[in-house]
Amino acid sequence: MDSEQKSRRELLKAGVALAGGITLGTAGKADAQHDHAATPTSENAYPMIHGSKEQIEYGHRSKYVTSVRVQHPIGGRPSPDVFGKVFHVATPLQDSVGVITPSSLHYIATTRGSFLPDVDPTKHTLTIHGEVDRPLTLTMDELRRFPSVTRLHFIECAGNRHNGKQRNVQDTHGMTSCSEWTGVLLSTLLKECGLKGSAKWFVAEGAEEVKGASSIPIAKGMDDCIIAYGQNGEPLRPQQGFPVRIMVPGFEGIYHTKFLRRIKVTKEFYMNYNEFGHLRPEDKELALGDQIGPKSVITYPSGTQRLPGPGLYEISGLAWSGGGAVKIVEVSTDGGKSWNRAQFKNTPQRMAHVRFAYPWKWDGTETAIMSRTTDDIGQRQALREEIAEWWKVPFERDYRVPGLDNSVMPWKIAKDGSVTNGLA
Amino acid sequence: MSPLSVVTISLLLGSLLSGPAIAQSPTYGVGRTPTAEELRRMDISIGFAGEELPPGRGTAKEGAQVYVQKACAGCHGPAGVGGLAPILQSKHGADVPVWKRERILPLRAPNATIVWDFINRGMPLGLEGTLKPDEVYSLTAYLLFLNKVIPEDQVLDKQSLPKVKMPIGDEYGKPHEFKLNAPRLEGYPY
Repeated sequence: MDSEQKSRRELLKAGVALAGGITLGTAGKADAQHDHAATPTSENAYPMIHGSKEQIEYGHRSKYVTSVRVQHPIGGRPSPDVFGKVFHVATPLQDSVGVITPSSLHYIATTRGSFLPDVDPTKHTLTIHGEVDRPLTLTMDELRRFPSVTRLHFIECAGNRHNGKQRNVQDTHGMTSCSEWTGVLLSTLLKECGLKGSAKWFVAEGAEEVKGASSIPIAKGMDDCIIAYGQNGEPLRPQQGFPVRIMVPGFEGIYHTKFLRRIKVTKEFYMNYNEFGHLRPEDKELALGDQIGPKSVITYPSGTQRLPGPGLYEISGLAWSGGGAVKIVEVSTDGGKSWNRAQFKNTPQRMAHVRFAYPWKWDGTETAIMSRTTDDIGQRQALREEIAEWWKVPFERDYRVPGLDNSVMPWKIAKDGSVTNGLA
Repeated sequence: MSPLSVVTISLLLGSLLSGPAIAQSPTYGVGRTPTAEELRRMDISIGFAGEELPPGRGTAKEGAQVYVQKACAGCHGPAGVGGLAPILQSKHGADVPVWKRERILPLRAPNATIVWDFINRGMPLGLEGTLKPDEVYSLTAYLLFLNKVIPEDQVLDKQSLPKVKMPIGDEYGKPHEFKLNAPRLEGYPY
């Protein structure tokens, strides 16, 4: 009896320490009725979370974890807006660990602001037509009969730009997220339809009320685009396009059409409303408007955080590129004078976030820290000054980097350990 | 190994060994062929030539009436300014170069068909896709007239709409040929 009670106590302690006292099978569940922490004689260090249907079925995070998404940009168009439409919402990168963005914290962006369609997957279909031998309409069940792939990919919004007015990394870089996506390669479906030699582009169209559509080169479609129905081990979230979206790895977020209902293969480029936003006066600048350049940012320590005092820290951040896999990340802790090779915390993959780190002993003096990356096709992340020089324009504080802003992001560290925007 | 896998593997091997002739036939045989009528109804992306445009017609005068009837002003304001939704004509007037005007309508686009396309697919709020072709042609004419792109009496239809000369002319960047595993812009190191 004594030994049984003792082992039960140990079991409960372990349960509290490891899993917040929720699991450990039926024994733990039965014990929760009796050995409750509220009794004054209890040896449990913490109060217990009562088991509930909701927790058992889907689970939720600790009440002490309070990280949330916020509208982007601060002071810009709110989400929801006056019509109840959602526009841009940023993920809390300052609290992120590893490379997967929790599905519930994935950034959100919509075509011109839109309502979230409540799509019944049993009624939804995907149609492929145009420059193909055999047009095809698939139900969501039929889509799952094709061989699938599971890949890690980031998505980043073209609005993910940093400037001196922003306070933290959620504001500067929160419009990028990374998930494990599961679906069917578009090339598998296009081969099934019989792609005609005349096929040069395709239009991917969604089922939301504004039916957002984007034109994508067929070479990209036949390479690595995924018709995705899964995200991080479960069906897509409605905010990420349930029941199906297209992944266009490395391209700006707007190309990753959600609630995908139609793919029209075309002989020529179609200028949809989405392409209108990409229009630029010059060919050169337009060319920077589809694929995302090499980019990285330090997430710890970053804006509004504070180092408690001099000593050893692990600088940590994310790097990615729309051109391929990240090859190198370098970190500077002296305002860009010298650069040191960072280590990777996971294996870099094509068009995916990689977590990097650099151990650093802070001596308590004022400095600036920053990171830069090079991808495996040789593109290098640059300082804003370098980019202005390449374009032969005078560098000013509010210089706007052409295409998606992939310039280096510095964080200033003050003597008191406070971290602020290095562009301010 | 299931019979299906054997079939799939033989088909894959077949396509590898005997080339394009076999690769042309479907491998999985899943799904159905949409009907011509289904495709016609869903084919709402309008190309530069306007091939997908339905029959119908409209002028700016008729469009001004539709703008009132469909309560467009409720969100966009009378004559496209002063509402909570995006403005439909430039605050700087229609004589300013188009790159200096706000991003209104798809006015910077080289094709007027895109104005028709977006009204047709995305308007009005809550009743998207319910406008009849004549109403979309009329609203397009009205908004292009407000922005001094076409005269008030011009009739827009499947033939004339793709020919409308937009203020951008040819002064815009053209899409480059996308190449796999290549830098974003040749010679651009960043």
